[in-house]
Amino acid sequence: MYGQGILKGLGVTFKHFFATYVEDIRHVGGKLSSNDKFARRQGVDAMGLYTVQYPEEKIATPERFRFLPFLIVNDDDHPTAPGEIWCTSCGICPKVCPPQCIWILRSEDPVTKRPVPKPQSFFIDMDICMNCGYCMEFCPFDAIKMDHDYEQASSDRTQNHIFNMEKLSKPFAYWRQIAPTTAWEEAVERGGWEHIDVVKEKKKAGQPVAQPGAKWDDPYVPPIVEKPEEPAPAAEAAPAGEAIADAPAPAAAEAVSDADAERAARKAKREAALAKKHAREQDGGEG
Amino acid sequence: MTDQAIAPAHNETLDIGQSIEYLKQRFPEAVKDDTRQGYSGIVVARDQLVEVAQAIRDDLGFDYLSSATGVDYLGVEDSMEMVYHSYRTTGGPALVFKAQTERENARIPSLIDVWPGADFQEREAFDLYGIRFPGHPNLKRILLWDGFNGHPMRKDWHEAYYESDLKPFDSRWPKGYARRAEELNMFGKNVAYPDDLDLSKLNDTTEASLYSGMGLGVDVSNLSGPGELRTDRLVVNLGPHHPSTHGVFRMVVTLNGETIDSLEPVMGYLHRNHEKIGERNTWNMNMPYTDRLDYISSMGNNHGYALAVEKLMALGARYTPPTYRAEVIRVLMVELTRIVNHMWAIGFLLNDLGAFFTPALYAIAEREKILDFFEATAGSRLMCNYMRFGGVYKDIPERIHSTAVLLNDKVRDFNTLEYLTELISERLPRAVDELDRFLTDSEIIRARTIGVGILPREMAIGYSAAGPLLRASGVPYDVRRADPYSIYPELDFDVAVRYNGDIYDRYLIRIDEMRESLRILRQILPRLERTKGESFFAGNKAVYAPRVPLGEAYGRVENPKGELGYYTVSQGDPKGPQNPWRYHVRAPSFINLTPLGQMAKGSKVADVVAILGSIDIVLGETDR
Repeated sequence: MYGQGILKGLGVTFKHFFATYVEDIRHVGGKLSSNDKFARRQGVDAMGLYTVQYPEEKIATPERFRFLPFLIVNDDDHPTAPGEIWCTSCGICPKVCPPQCIWILRSEDPVTKRPVPKPQSFFIDMDICMNCGYCMEFCPFDAIKMDHDYEQASSDRTQNHIFNMEKLSKPFAYWRQIAPTTAWEEAVERGGWEHIDVVKEKKKAGQPVAQPGAKWDDPYVPPIVEKPEEPAPAAEAAPAGEAIADAPAPAAAEAVSDADAERAARKAKREAALAKKHAREQDGGEG
Repeated sequence: MTDQAIAPAHNETLDIGQSIEYLKQRFPEAVKDDTRQGYSGIVVARDQLVEVAQAIRDDLGFDYLSSATGVDYLGVEDSMEMVYHSYRTTGGPALVFKAQTERENARIPSLIDVWPGADFQEREAFDLYGIRFPGHPNLKRILLWDGFNGHPMRKDWHEAYYESDLKPFDSRWPKGYARRAEELNMFGKNVAYPDDLDLSKLNDTTEASLYSGMGLGVDVSNLSGPGELRTDRLVVNLGPHHPSTHGVFRMVVTLNGETIDSLEPVMGYLHRNHEKIGERNTWNMNMPYTDRLDYISSMGNNHGYALAVEKLMALGARYTPPTYRAEVIRVLMVELTRIVNHMWAIGFLLNDLGAFFTPALYAIAEREKILDFFEATAGSRLMCNYMRFGGVYKDIPERIHSTAVLLNDKVRDFNTLEYLTELISERLPRAVDELDRFLTDSEIIRARTIGVGILPREMAIGYSAAGPLLRASGVPYDVRRADPYSIYPELDFDVAVRYNGDIYDRYLIRIDEMRESLRILRQILPRLERTKGESFFAGNKAVYAPRVPLGEAYGRVENPKGELGYYTVSQGDPKGPQNPWRYHVRAPSFINLTPLGQMAKGSKVADVVAILGSIDIVLGETDR
């Protein structure tokens, strides 16, 4: 019969039309509000329309989502160096950046004029950045990360779009919040929650290091500071010490497979080499 | 002994070494081995190029000219050359041949009579390198405008306010003072006009060559023929801003009544000299740029580039090929991309046919589910930037997982493998079947597409058409089978082929290919489980500026739109340069447009829109 194909096609349209309402009826009232329903509607079994009502609804982006870089600084409640930037101005990110949107001015010692491993200023031109994530991927210090905040519209592109260090800096707690699994993996590779240089120093000096737990959702351990004299901080330090005892290192070592251990060893070796190279570069820069 | 080797009657079965021997016997003066370090193939003397090419096509059976591109060896050999990659449509590796010319007054005879598919590629080489092709009937600029000063791919050409030849730029570190590049490059000052260009006459001269030969200004009273309407030709510009062109693309169409007399594609509105940018970049930096070529299928673009550079790296002493897990993940991504692309292509073909957005949205809705997976794995939905030399960026995550923050709070959490399994074994097959049921039998679609825009088999091969366009014309040529790469040899799938070469078959073949992709994906899932925990990267992932050994390589993949090839040359620094000397993209969207004029001839204006839709182009790749 002529027209049968069209009718068949219209059947599909008809089905699509009703599927949305079937979903609605099945989850009366809860469809827009409950998070479970939302997740189901956005999953593989979704039927009918599953449009997200942006900006009333905003899907939380997955951890690896990347939109514009930011710099990690110590949390505000850090016991010794709150707000200290993790960047050592080693220069790898401006070298890997494909559109060359990163500028770093390295600090100098005001007296000796020797380079200091801290950025004096750090600029990223947000108009040029192509969100490739290379800076994050190749940073040996976990100091630059990709953000999730995609709402960056501004009314003046000529003044506001080169972000400086102040605007780029975000606390480590923010990174742990938007990417808990990745932050944990990185901490495991570093051997502690803190900056890799701090971890190394503390290990060298035999001081306790805030260790990540065996699983990614184990509680975060804030930096441990040894203050033997004063009684009050010692009481504070004690629970932190217990937290370490709760997650003993041997258990963690068992949890990671041989391949992981091998990878961690490789990574440690690599980072040591990079740090050495970095030191060499700085010495070279001085001469 | 050599006589024995070249004696057999079936030269079409000679392998590459024997074929080169045969050519050397036949053209002892003209054909020489390419003996440069890391190079392969032959160098052909310019004056006998056409004869040699004819022998390559007719005697040796290399009937498909995949890629033709120029290279400027300023400072290395102070010459320019054209590099041709020819293949047999029955499969097998490439016969690479080159023709060299001096840089000043560069001339190389045109191969358009041997392979009509050389048309656009030679025009591109003329446009970007200034190589002239005697014998080419329509040698004019193709990507740039007629008033452009110079040929930008030449190594000594620099744009205004350019910073440096090679990245990384020194101004970024350790003394990096930020400034907006735009301030240096003020609008209006970045164009240098040639001295002999009179701006006031620009409108008259630039388009004159385009419109000449279109039969304009015919004296109607002189048109004769009994019973024939005496009509002038009408020129219609379809585009550049036209919904059917999927971007900024223009077709200059000459109409006789409502029938198309001739069609000339005009492109380059989105041209950004991707290849010059690529030659300035380091090897690694090009990866995210490849995403921006065919932005519907960025995973496939990544794969092609990774293959090309890995081929180059394999020329060196220290090279570890990608791990098995990396290959499995790559194939998973690429085949999902194929489904993404074909969903999109079919949806928008229907848009072009007038079924405005209902089929397109049904198709895109399914595509979203795949993009969600890409986003969780690679970090981005479209600009994936996922493959690396030696593997992939990161392993597939355990869970597709997000946490609520102040910025956005609607959370999802799925087990990735369960999500993938359900997607591949339930949802996508259902979606493809539904699309099939929805569209295939529709009388309107059949009436609009069957017998329209026919591309015969010989023409498809001659014009270097690739991908679904070629296979819908009855040529079972698929790079995954013809010149296998990655783990495709161990996977069980068929090359989809249709024989009528019209729009309907091009639609059907995309449905077929999605089914074949699903078949591959079903074989990938157990491999994913089996290799779980294995390394997804070979070599040292921390190397941010790899050095690549000297040589050339042509890496090609079967991208959803057709054969995507990257011709890369590593030259210059003897330690292995950080930046590619030559980075050429053999863009299927670009070369598939070569037969568009032929396909459209004799049909109606409304059909042209559908024909263009059935080729499935993306302007990011066409214009580069």
